[in-house]
Amino acid sequence: MVPVPSTSVETTPVLLDTDPEAERASIAQPPSIFDVAADRAFRGLAVAAAWGAVLIVVWVVAEVQHVALPAIRAYGPGFMTGTVWDANRQVFGILPQIFGTLYTSIIGLVVGTIFGVAIAIFLSEGFLATSVDRILRIFGYAEHPWFAALPTRIEALLKITLELLAAIPSVVYGLWGIFVVIPLVRPWADWLNTHLGWIPLFGTSLSGPGILPASLVLAIMVLPTISAISRDALVAVPPKLREAAMGLGATRWEAILGVILPAAATGIFGSIILGFGRALGETIALAMLAGNANVISWSLFSPCTTLAALLANHFPEAGTVEVGALMYAALVLLSITLLVNIGGAVILQRAEAGLKGLR
Amino acid sequence: MLCAALLGGSAARGADNITLQGTGATFPAPFYQRWFAEYHKLHPEVQINYQALGSGAGVKQFTDKLVDFGASDAAMTDDEIKLVKDGAVMLPMTAGSVVLGYNLPGFTGDIRLSREAYVGIFLGKITAWNDPKITAANPGVTLPATKITAVERSDGSGTTFVFTNHLSAISDEWKNGPGVGKSINWPVGVSGKGNAGVTALLKQTPGAIGYVEYGYAKETKVPMAVLENKSGKYVKVDLASEQAALAGVEMPADLRAWVPDPSGADAYPIVTYTWLLCYKTYAKAEVATTLRALIRYGLADAQKFGADLGYIPLPANVVAAVTKALDQITP
Repeated sequence: MVPVPSTSVETTPVLLDTDPEAERASIAQPPSIFDVAADRAFRGLAVAAAWGAVLIVVWVVAEVQHVALPAIRAYGPGFMTGTVWDANRQVFGILPQIFGTLYTSIIGLVVGTIFGVAIAIFLSEGFLATSVDRILRIFGYAEHPWFAALPTRIEALLKITLELLAAIPSVVYGLWGIFVVIPLVRPWADWLNTHLGWIPLFGTSLSGPGILPASLVLAIMVLPTISAISRDALVAVPPKLREAAMGLGATRWEAILGVILPAAATGIFGSIILGFGRALGETIALAMLAGNANVISWSLFSPCTTLAALLANHFPEAGTVEVGALMYAALVLLSITLLVNIGGAVILQRAEAGLKGLR
Repeated sequence: MLCAALLGGSAARGADNITLQGTGATFPAPFYQRWFAEYHKLHPEVQINYQALGSGAGVKQFTDKLVDFGASDAAMTDDEIKLVKDGAVMLPMTAGSVVLGYNLPGFTGDIRLSREAYVGIFLGKITAWNDPKITAANPGVTLPATKITAVERSDGSGTTFVFTNHLSAISDEWKNGPGVGKSINWPVGVSGKGNAGVTALLKQTPGAIGYVEYGYAKETKVPMAVLENKSGKYVKVDLASEQAALAGVEMPADLRAWVPDPSGADAYPIVTYTWLLCYKTYAKAEVATTLRALIRYGLADAQKFGADLGYIPLPANVVAAVTKALDQITP
């Protein structure tokens, strides 16, 4: 661009007369060949990446199915209702694994959701600010600029800490479960078993690894997913909704439970579905904590096994026939995850439609 | 392929470097790693990579010719050998034992288990530590009523094979029930991944009992049960009882000797040889000669490292037989 000298007013029209061509050319020129090529290349790359992702999923499914085919032919649907996995006799059934996968995931998810959503509400609804403010008021520092920023800082710190949970490797969770969670829950489990043993949930004694420790660790593993996405959803609720509720005389909790949570429900639900996906596929931590015993029991203290743990445990030493059966099991796990995601998407869409008026 | 690339690379440098690639059992891995490291110290031009992926993977990769040698706790069967185009030589390199580690809080001293007792525990028929079948073998000792939790290996493993092979040899009920294999459909108990996983569960679970490789149990200081052997004597695991177990074994010509239930009076009952799998012919002459030198060193000087790590040094007759079998490996 040519700088326009502003010292003389008379020269300006002269400049305008001589320069319009150049001026126009610099601002609005047709895209060069290079621009067009770069544009097309980027567009092509984006399309290729998008389709590549789809292709990889299809490829994985096809490959797994290809290897599983002999097992699918040999064992049929009975594979999913069989309860024995015996490589020596080549008898394969995965009902205990399906049960264990769903049972631990659901318990983990329920616990994780309760805590995750509670954390999200705490971090998004200014509870921290209120309590910090109350304490500061006692000391008379409430107006001090550094202390006024304190709640936001603590909130950010908590959020980062929470998200750090997602960065901990699964095997560390497994070890932590063995050395911390199991000894921690053992006295409670023993008490519940001796005093309330007639309830099927507490029907067996805890031998160490089992459904409860596995589910608790799963709950912690899905916590960052649920709390982070739920918090974002709660923050995204339009402030006018909160203000309107307050204006109509709702208390803080009435506003949160009656207006804000329902408005953020789709986001929260989405976080739960993502968490469920994570819980279903979790492998190493569960292989270390579930006990890998082929049993179906409603007791929280019984050992169990999961599909992912079965794959991790048996794959390295499996012969050809067992590999087929393992791939069949992998296919079942894949289908369960897919069903959960599709179901989640459908419910999400319905919920979204119901809340349209709010936005 | 990797091996070839490495060989190519070293040839380009003009040195005489050679790399051997091996895969297989985890059971003898600490011994192998020590042996290969010591050999590398003496012969810096020889680099040996051993990946302890498990006996099954060892046999598979050996058959597919992905490695220069394999290793397995279960010697290859005749059918498996037929699939190896270049011919297979199986060389027992060391032996080891499987022990029953336990966790019984408040109990010190050695617990003695009869054959009936430990088969019964893993069949799920004996469920408490004060079961008469256990107390009968432990006179003068008060055992708590703690519930027994059997701990097993969840992953396929040569250790499981050795242990179940022994159980099958001493109990028809086991033989006709769960049977022998690298992974078993266990009637009771919980299972952990690898020797490390089993040991962690043993240490964390009061009342637990599980089978672990001896070297591992020794290193992690897990209390080990005293077991009844074939002649009815209760034997503690140590070098003397392990050597007694191997002493009575005739080594057949193909070096595949099974010891599911050794008969010596002082023999520890659960021992096994573990094998190195080599091809009969190698395309590269230097690979064959290096491998032979390596194994010769393994049979002689390296045996003492094995003893340090909890393995059983090979008896002299076995060393002689293996040395003779080395001649089968030719370029």
